[in-house]
Amino acid sequence: MAVAETAAPTSAAPPPSSDAVPTVIADHVNIIYKVAAGSGGKGTAATAFRRILKRQDRPTIREVHAVKNVTFTAYKGDAIGLIGRNGSGKSTLLRAIAGLLPPASGAIYTGGQPSLLGVNAAMMNDLTGDRNVVLGCLAMGMTPAEIDERYDEIVEFSGIGDFIDLPMSTYSSGMSARLKFAIASAKTHDILLVDEALATGDAEFRVRSERKIKDLRDQAGTVFLVSHSLDVVLDTCNRAIWLDKGVLRMDGDVKEVVDAYNAEATGKR
Amino acid sequence: MSTAAESASTADAAALAERYGLSRSAARPPFRDYLRELWGRRQFIYSYARARTYALYAGARLGSVWQILTPLLNAAVYFLAFGVLLGTAKGIENYPAFLICGMFVFTFTQRSMTEGSRSIATNMSLIRTLHFPRATLPLAYVVNELNQLFISMGILLVLVGFTDGPAWRWFLIVPALLLQTMFNIGVTLIFARLGTFLTDISQLLPFITRTWLYASGIFFSIPDKLRDADAPGWVIHVLALNPISAYIDIMRRALLESHAEHALPNAWPIAIGWAVVALAGGFIYFWRAEDRYGRG
Repeated sequence: MAVAETAAPTSAAPPPSSDAVPTVIADHVNIIYKVAAGSGGKGTAATAFRRILKRQDRPTIREVHAVKNVTFTAYKGDAIGLIGRNGSGKSTLLRAIAGLLPPASGAIYTGGQPSLLGVNAAMMNDLTGDRNVVLGCLAMGMTPAEIDERYDEIVEFSGIGDFIDLPMSTYSSGMSARLKFAIASAKTHDILLVDEALATGDAEFRVRSERKIKDLRDQAGTVFLVSHSLDVVLDTCNRAIWLDKGVLRMDGDVKEVVDAYNAEATGKR
Repeated sequence: MSTAAESASTADAAALAERYGLSRSAARPPFRDYLRELWGRRQFIYSYARARTYALYAGARLGSVWQILTPLLNAAVYFLAFGVLLGTAKGIENYPAFLICGMFVFTFTQRSMTEGSRSIATNMSLIRTLHFPRATLPLAYVVNELNQLFISMGILLVLVGFTDGPAWRWFLIVPALLLQTMFNIGVTLIFARLGTFLTDISQLLPFITRTWLYASGIFFSIPDKLRDADAPGWVIHVLALNPISAYIDIMRRALLESHAEHALPNAWPIAIGWAVVALAGGFIYFWRAEDRYGRG
């Protein structure tokens, strides 16, 4: 079924010319996960006990087929914007590329270790920003000497200033997003996955982070960007993938895909 | 993109990935590479452990003084309950040191296990943000507890120094601690995986550890108890297989001269055996689920 749907407008993707080096290959990826769906069952000990006796699965667990048969190849130097409506599987796909959510069928191949940068990813909130910088860098595998060298740059890039000495729990959501982005981008990643992380920053930070993404592209990395702001996608990406209810609708030049997406969004209204 | 092309492309994709040296994203690294990566993150393990200790006491007015106060208060409470009220002290010389030594050694394992079982769940956001070998988290928890044990043992040495005077025997504390730490790392890794996928474990663990507490001869001497009960000779050999009993016993042998008459049989070989088995088993068991932490 997915094949029929994808057949129509797709495949304006960059041709795999001889010098294009693939960094991410997604091959017929299906992702199904189980979620706890709020309601269902009275939630008392008696109902839980009856459920165990009858050997039922928890009633609140539901399966979600979030990504359906998605196939694409990303190359070195690509910045790919993932667009689509809420719940269309964009973030799920990113987490699968990062290797945090194994696909139910199909395969994702990556060169190097992808790093996912999400907006709801917290570090250690009761520690100061300063300690979080050091811990985050150590976790990414940097040596203490490298951290010493990059520390000022990270703090400077985050634009947090004196707040770096305060616990992260005192930060606004925008500030912690900035710090996280600064930490994650301190290391040169082959593949960087950005999930709405720039949305909470202010205008000035957005400009800086867009420049950082361009830098990463220039260093022959690959960047995936999930964003609802089509302007950001147009500004930073050269290619876009449109996901609709987990199905890949269109993959190609950023301008064409965004235009088609806009046309449909306004057409439906 | 026709249907025929799609079905053919699965083999193509794998071949293309192979040609450019791409690897499957959700695969776990080979065991040797995993250990090497872990070794590379030793600085992270240490810093993370320190940061956690810091965060733990940051809210308290006395701050890190609690690291010393907590074991002292614990020792006082247990001495009051078992030494004074229940009178399990009979026939044991320097009962306070006997009891406190057992309590500290037991707490090291117990806390590593319980904290470790939550180590993945409480750091979910960190796991979903950055890529690093997940075993660093339970390991950091063990380092934390080991750090606490150093302080506790220091207090105990001062106490024994006052009552019995220092002795060369004390150097046996080093191998005893090393063996127990190996065992704890293994057990903590096992419970870290169990706690992640069987979330009910954290409800059950307090009962497991409490049973273990009473069975391990912390408040009483196992050989004395069995002699009083006229138990057959093999019982003691079975009870001596308990790893905690073994670690407590070798620690008491190191600290207390008078412990020789209450000692368990084969405590050293049993302690070594458990350390090796738990360490190897724990690492392998934890590593086998490496690609699944952080899901859901």
